Amino acid sequence: MNALAQPRKWEKVFWPVLASLVFLVIWHYAVRWTASNIFPSPLDVEKGVGELLGKGVLWGYIGDSLRRVATGFGISLILGVPIGLILGWYPAAAKVVNPTIQMVRPISPIAWIPLSILWFGVGDNAATFLIFMGSFFPIVVASMNGVRNVPSMFRRAGRNFGLKPAQQLARIVFPAALPQILVGLRISLGIAWLVVVAAEMTAVNSGLGYLVLDSRNSGKRYDLVVAAMLMIGVIGLILDFGIRRLETIKSVRWGFRSEG
Amino acid sequence: MSQAATATIAHTSRRAFQTKLRAESISMTFSRDGKSTDVLENISLEVGDGEFVCLLGPSGCGKSTLLNTMAGFLSPTKGEVRIDDEVVTGPDPRRIFVFQERGVFPWLTVEGNIGFGLFKLSAEEKRRRIAHYVKLVGLQGFEKAYPQELSGGMKQRLEVARALAVNPDMLFLDEPFGALDSITRLIMRRELLRIWEAEKKTIIFVTHDIEESVQLADRVVVMSARPAKIQREVLIDIPHPRDISSPRYLELRDGIFEQIGLAHKV
Repeated sequence: MNALAQPRKWEKVFWPVLASLVFLVIWHYAVRWTASNIFPSPLDVEKGVGELLGKGVLWGYIGDSLRRVATGFGISLILGVPIGLILGWYPAAAKVVNPTIQMVRPISPIAWIPLSILWFGVGDNAATFLIFMGSFFPIVVASMNGVRNVPSMFRRAGRNFGLKPAQQLARIVFPAALPQILVGLRISLGIAWLVVVAAEMTAVNSGLGYLVLDSRNSGKRYDLVVAAMLMIGVIGLILDFGIRRLETIKSVRWGFRSEG
Repeated sequence: MSQAATATIAHTSRRAFQTKLRAESISMTFSRDGKSTDVLENISLEVGDGEFVCLLGPSGCGKSTLLNTMAGFLSPTKGEVRIDDEVVTGPDPRRIFVFQERGVFPWLTVEGNIGFGLFKLSAEEKRRRIAHYVKLVGLQGFEKAYPQELSGGMKQRLEVARALAVNPDMLFLDEPFGALDSITRLIMRRELLRIWEAEKKTIIFVTHDIEESVQLADRVVVMSARPAKIQREVLIDIPHPRDISSPRYLELRDGIFEQIGLAHKV
């Protein structure tokens, strides 16, 4: 196959599927050859998924994890976008709070676990708080930078047409910054999904993260551990796919490089 | 001698227009890091109502600064700009500034862009105006298209349409065709003249292209390198459509080439 040749339609599906099959085969034989009786083979995992679905806890756990992400990410979105817009709009305000933001931002959300349990106790609120801590700052920073990067030409055009500051924000700055805000939302949804698993390992007694740890603790069921991990991966992929759909809306598509 | 003659002609011709804009001894000094740079030096200029004036000068000479000052985006260090005898204190929807094609809003459709400044009008009137200007700039069939689906020339026409839709009495154009290829540029000049003749706006057009200025303008204001001063004003007394190989066209063009200090030989 020539590097410049357009891949044919069947090739676009065929090669990725083949790659995952090869991966599964290597995994399968690696378990067989090492004669491991702890680490599960793909077939064990498949049975494990079946068992989880059969027991009916899985759907409940998925629902719990998604609910926590939705709450934590939702609060980040509702607070983060307006705060980011304001900070981008008033550079003086950004200068005042930016050092604080930049200092709190690199602290891993995991490091907040003890404080979250101290403040909220073991339960949903602690997990939601951790997700919020992980996803809030990327949204604020992306919105702030989005506003700052609005070409001055657009703002000047807005002033020229006689827009008042509030109209300027709504009709020029927000739509012009929206592609960058969406990038921030995508990144922070990814982080939220990472954080929920960690949070559920310590701060609550349900959810996919809890399932991973619980499967190991109650009888070293590594087939269920890997099955739960697989579910986490698949749902993460679906979430990312979902939020990427927003990038294809026509009024923001200009901000994204078009892919073949 | 010839310069004096030109000045008189320019002067007499200006009488034919009613004064629209008057820049009075404008100077502009930018200071940065304690260093100050004089960009404009004592510029006085009158532009008539309905006149098409080109500001011509080398890149970086300050002609864009002058245009921005006249449009109200910058305030001069000294002097003042008056339009309709009112001192300009800021931008105003009665005079629209047109950038290069990058100025169209990429998040709005062609219709959305043209209707952008029409938020005070009734829906009916807005629809009527949008339809009128879509037609005027030849974008029928692209009403629902987004700028990224348009060519450079179409984007530029869209920006002109967005400016005209609010029915301004003046347009400021800052090297509007600079990013277009040379064929599209020629077409756009013809389009602009057609629109200007249809809409009777006062136009101030900044360019560094001598040919462009002689093809378009009623009067070419030749500016010197920084700090910008007005070197000479040349009246282009050729009716439109202009024959760009006529002796008079070549004479005027070569006169400006000489004025700028370029021998007309490559």
